[in-house]
Formats: sequence, C-alpha cells, structure tokens
Amino acid sequence: MSIAPSDSKGAGGALKEASIAALLTLALCTPVIMFRTESDPNDGTLKLLFRPILVLVFMALAFVGRLAVLAYKAQPAKAKAAPAVGAPSGLRAFFSNVIGPVGLIFLLVYPVALVLWLGPGGSLKWIDSYGIQILIYVMLGWGLNIVVGLAGLLDLGYVAFYAVGAYSYSLLAINFGLSFWICLPIAGILAACWGMILGFPVLRLRGDYLAIVTLAFGEIIRTILVNWTAFSGGTNGIDSIPKITFFGLVFADADNGFDNYFHMDYSPIHGKLYLYYVILALALITNLVTLRLRRLPIGRAWEALREDEIACRSLGINTTNTKLTAFALGAFFAGLAGSFFAVRQGFVSPESFTFNESATILAIVVLGGMGSQIGVALAAVALIGGFEILRELSFVHWLWFDLELIAALVIFMGLGLLTRKLLLSAFVAVAMLVGASLATMYGLKSGLLAESLWGVFRYQLDIDPTQYRGLIFGLGMVVMMIVRPRGFVSTRAPSIFLVRRTAVSGDLVGEGHG
Amino acid sequence: MDNFIQQLINGLTLGSIYGLIAIGYTMVFGIIGMINFAHGDLFMLSEFIALIVLLLLTKTLGFGYLPVALFIVLIAGMSLTSVWNWTIERLAYRPLRGSFRLAPLISAIGMSTFLSNFAQVVQGPRNKPIAPMFAEHLYIKFGTHNIAIQYRQIVIVVVTVVLLGVFWWLVQRTNLGRAQRACEQDRKMAALIGVDVDRTISITFIIGAALAAVAGSMYVLQYGVVNFSDGFLPGVKAFTAAVLGGIGSLPGAVLGGLLIGLIETFWQMIPTEGVPEYKDVAAFSILAIVLIFMPSGILGRPEIEKV
Repeated sequence: MSIAPSDSKGAGGALKEASIAALLTLALCTPVIMFRTESDPNDGTLKLLFRPILVLVFMALAFVGRLAVLAYKAQPAKAKAAPAVGAPSGLRAFFSNVIGPVGLIFLLVYPVALVLWLGPGGSLKWIDSYGIQILIYVMLGWGLNIVVGLAGLLDLGYVAFYAVGAYSYSLLAINFGLSFWICLPIAGILAACWGMILGFPVLRLRGDYLAIVTLAFGEIIRTILVNWTAFSGGTNGIDSIPKITFFGLVFADADNGFDNYFHMDYSPIHGKLYLYYVILALALITNLVTLRLRRLPIGRAWEALREDEIACRSLGINTTNTKLTAFALGAFFAGLAGSFFAVRQGFVSPESFTFNESATILAIVVLGGMGSQIGVALAAVALIGGFEILRELSFVHWLWFDLELIAALVIFMGLGLLTRKLLLSAFVAVAMLVGASLATMYGLKSGLLAESLWGVFRYQLDIDPTQYRGLIFGLGMVVMMIVRPRGFVSTRAPSIFLVRRTAVSGDLVGEGHG
Repeated sequence: MDNFIQQLINGLTLGSIYGLIAIGYTMVFGIIGMINFAHGDLFMLSEFIALIVLLLLTKTLGFGYLPVALFIVLIAGMSLTSVWNWTIERLAYRPLRGSFRLAPLISAIGMSTFLSNFAQVVQGPRNKPIAPMFAEHLYIKFGTHNIAIQYRQIVIVVVTVVLLGVFWWLVQRTNLGRAQRACEQDRKMAALIGVDVDRTISITFIIGAALAAVAGSMYVLQYGVVNFSDGFLPGVKAFTAAVLGGIGSLPGAVLGGLLIGLIETFWQMIPTEGVPEYKDVAAFSILAIVLIFMPSGILGRPEIEKV
C-alpha cells in the first residue's frame, strides 16, 4: 500500500487512504489497547478487560488525522522565494533580544514577588517544587547541551555524573563533615574526572556507538550504587545529609541559625529562598561559561566537530581532546547540579538516577533545540513545570481521553492544516478545551447534565497526568526530529544542510553569534 | 557437574532469546546503519501481545490444547508486532533519511521512551504473571548424572532453531534476501539496478519485528511474567550480543546472543558473595569493552569509513 500524496485520486482516494490508516490503527490497537490485563482481586490471576470504545476513538483519530495530512499535502505549495539566511529580523529579533534579559529579571524577582503576594506559607510550594525543581533541570539541560548540542556527542548516561555529584557531596559531608561550599567544587571535579575516565576510551567511537556506551556506563554506575551497600547504602540510599549553610549559619530554628543571627523570626521560606538563588546562580554560571566558551576556539571547534568530524580532523583539530573537554565540562556541571540536588533533598538513592532521568534531560535538550540556550531553558520550564501544573489542576483529571480532548485535537489539526498558523490553532483548541471542561463541570455540579449520560462519551479515568509525561516526551522527540531537527528557537542552522544555494547574511558569520 | 549442565541449558535458552532480538538490531544496522534503540521496547510490546493473545485463547475462549495455542500465539504475535514495527519505521525513521547524523538515533530513543510509557499507560505499571506452561521436567540419565530439562526449554530451543532456519533461507536464497543484501552493500547502487530500497528496508524491519515477537512469546513462556520495563535490559543485552557477534552479521548475532546468555547465567553461579548481583554490569562491561577494543566483533567485517 502506498501512502504517497494522492492528489490525483481526489476525495475518494483520500477517503480510502484515511480508511486504511484507521484499519492500520485497528491492527495496532489489537490487542494492546483493546484488552487490558488486570489481576483478579480474588485469586490474583490475570483477566482481560475489553475496551472497544477506546480503540474506536483511536481509529477515528487516525482517520481524521490522515485526512488532514492529505488535505495539507494536496494544497498547492506556495511559491516561496528562497529567503536569505540571516540574522532574525523584526519581531523575532526583538523577541530573541528581549527574552534573555526579561527572563533573567523575572527569575530574580520571581520568589520575592511570590512571598510578597502569597505570604511565606503559600509561596513555599511555588518556589520549591516549581522554581528550584525547574532550575535544576535547566542547569542539567544546559550542561548536557554542551555535550549534545554543541559538540554533537549523544550522551545517554548523563545522569551518572549527576549521581557522582550527589553521592560525592553526601559521602564527603557525612564522613568528613565538609560543608556544601567545599564539596560543591570537589563534586564537580570528581564528576569531570569520571567524565574523562569514561570518555577517554569511548570518544574514539562513532556517534551512535558512543551513545550506547555512555548508556552502559550510566547503568553500571547505577547498578554499583544499588549493590555496593557498604559504600552507598544500596537501594535505601543515604539520608540525613547535612543541609546547606550560609557562611556557617544553618537554616533551622536554632541558636546558630540564620534567622536568629539576623534577628528575624524563624521561617522555612528563608532556606528555600536561599536554595533558589543558589541554584539560579549555578545555572547562570553554566550558561555564562557556555556562552563564553562558544566564542573561544574550543567552542567553535565543538560546533565544527558536530557538523563534520572528518573535516575537523583534516583541518588539524585534535578531535579526541575537543570531545573530551566537552564531555568533561558537561560532566562537571552535572556534578555541581547533583551536589545541589543532594543538599536540597537531604536524601539520595539510586532511584533518582535511572535511565529515564537521562532520557528526560535529553528530551529537554532535543525539544529545546540542540545548541540553543534559551530554547533548552524554555523546554525545561514547559516540560517539567508544565507537568507539575497538570498534576495540580484537578480538572485536568477529567480531560484525559474524553470527547473534548478529541474534539480539541481535531480542531487543532484542522485549523492548523488549513490556516498553517500553528500557534493560533493551538490557542483556539486549548481555549475550546478549557471552556468545554469548565462547562461540563458546571453542568454536572448544577445537575443540568446527568452523570450517566456523560459517562457514555468519556473515559473518566482518575489518573495522574504525569503518567503521560514519558509518552509525550518520547513522541515529542520523534516529531521534533522530523519537523524541526534543529529546534524551535535555534538560529544556528548551518548552511551546509540547506538544499538550495542561499545567501548567508554577514550578521551570522561574525565572531561567535548565536 | 549436574548443575553445570543444567545451567548450560538455562544459558542456551536465555541466549536463544537474546539471539532472536539481536537479529533485529543487526539487520537494521546492516541495512541503514542505524541503532534501532526502540527494538528492545518492541520486544516488550510483543510480550504483551503474546500474553494477551494467550489469555484470550486459554481463558476467554477456553482453548485447552497448549501446543496449538502456542502456535496461534506465535503467528498472531509475529504479525501484529510486524505491523507495529512497519508503522514505526514509516512514521519515525523513514522521514529522517538524509537528515543529520544523530537524528534517526534520537528519534529511535524517543520511540523507545514512547513505547515503554505507552505500555505502562495502556496496560498498567504492575507485573503481569501467568501460570507456568510446559513446566514438566524431562529427566535424562547420563551416566551417573541425572539432568532435568523443562519441556518449555526444549520448545524454546526448537522454535528458535526452526525459525532461524526459515529466516536464514529467506535471506540467503530468495529474491527478497538478495535485494536486502544488495541494499546492505550499496543502497544507491541497488536503487539504480531496480531494487525498491524503501520496500526492502520495510521488510527488514518486519523480519526483525517477527523475530523479536518470537523472542517475546518465548520469554513469556519461560519466565511467565511481563512488565512494561522489560524492554530495556533485554534490549541492551541483545544489542550487546549483536555487537559482540559483529554487528551486521546474522550468524554473529545468534552466536553473540548465545554467548551473552551463557555468560549471564554462569556469572550468577559465581559463589563469591555480592558478585552475582553484578550480572548486568558484566553484560554492560562486555558491551563497552567490545566496542572499544574490538568494534567489529567476532564475525563482523571491519568498518571502513568512506568520505
């Protein structure tokens, strides 16, 4: 069967292809979606739950989706003059110039504004599980961006260096009583050393072998942490790790406490604010170092290496050393972040350092656009913060897999394909989704809608949206590679990948822009 | 001695499963030079398919005769998993031909994350255990030794050998196999002499999926428990097997699979305390060591980079 664009066949052909897509979906959904295996509460054996409606929903989605894609392809392509590749102009340039400083000011003001607005108690959650949590991922994303985005080395074991940092701080602090500020650089250097030890034999390999070997190393380190109980506490991990201090002052309700020293009433928010600014500073240092290094010969060598290794070698760049510096520097920042993670959490265990975590960080880098600093930060905010918010909002639990979601998807696809304005159609779809959900909730509450009637249409699963995180991350990575392999925000598209001859503006060739 | 032979049989059983998965890695790598990272998760998906078809047959339909049920499970699993892999290739890999170096690999990693999370969402995060099948032992007197072999181990080895034979014949003797080997050697040249390259690549993915589905069914048969995270470790170990045997080489994949299965089984027998837990580290270390010191594996051809 062929899925080639069938504009010659007209509407009938499109319908036929859409039906084929629906049938294909049926084959895919049988049996994994149609039957759910559940253990019988009585005897514990497995029984099957029959879910035909869900399959029908997916078939309908495939049908509509295929039709929409065909409609999109059947549109006559707008004749576009080959645009000169240049520095972004107009609105985009304004946006990209402004977003950095504005974001920075926002990050600096964010916690203080929250405390003033919501009070110390109400803002704790927003600073801790949103602010600090997201900033850790921003820092990890920026660190991995050096390895993946700049040097083009796919590192699937990045979380191992994060673990090295976390365990370095925990063990040094517990066994030798060293403070966080002494351990922080040590943890970073130890992680960088591990990066070099692992990197040295491995970096001679070609790109995809490298990915697999780093994956293997990541898992080796995790397995050792799990099994070497005497060293790392095994699966129980290490707890009661010393908290962070401010020039020797602890954040606790004690005589030598921070609050006491400065004659303030004790409040846990002070410690959180301090942690927030520490991780913000660490993340900004990562960013600054990356931006500066990118203008040095080493940074330019990284990017050259990413584009063409053989050409680099012919030009006399020592590829092994260049790769090694990127690898070690990435590991260094992961070590710092790990150290911070340990001091913030007060508890580390191998659970936090699984391959899934590596994949999450990689997803942040890939979705943010490999090499783009601001893109990675935005991706971390959207992916980590977005799912935290989804978890908070109770009405989202109603949304999944019901009629509105499907309708919204259909609207999004239809509008997007017809108008080719993705942002606009996403906005319309989301607005419709939220509106419909609120209306439903109101309808159910006020008794205008009967629960039983509505139940026919919706899969009212009481589920945690964070379950869908990996699903969406994975799918996002695939879609990103197909649609925008260089990222949404990236302006550093190398001209060698352009099919046509293009004029490259002088703005881009200048020293170290981007 | 008894224990040794016993473990040898266990190792060979496990090794056949790894070998079957490894073929999928090696064939795809041979033809498009890409590590199909999602192949392990495809294997996991095929476990679920096998499990559900088996439950449908034995519980819902009350089908009692196990050998026929197993045959149906195999056929259904192979065809449904093939449809999955065909679709995956179509949607996630084909558009990326000619994209930059890391794009297909990143796409495959995304697919792998998607598949394991998909299975978790649609089937739930818990272990899915089933009652053991073909668990009776066959006792063989061997001099003074008495060796017990489970029937299912015999089933697994026989099914593996037969299917390997069929696929070996397919690749070596048919037009399809010839087209495939042509694409492996030089894709552009093959296209010039009229080989439908896209179709051949699709078929490669289908064959890989079918063999992974056999491995999935055999895994359910042998271990009787399925989990959404099953794709990761067996996937990496099977990839290790493919690399150890020489990636791109079919006999190499089988040989590597058997070796990894044996190493893993015998590693667990090391009596020193604390060592058996490191069996995964052993497999991962083999992967790293082979890639670093012997990248062409046991039976592979050394890779020459053309500029």
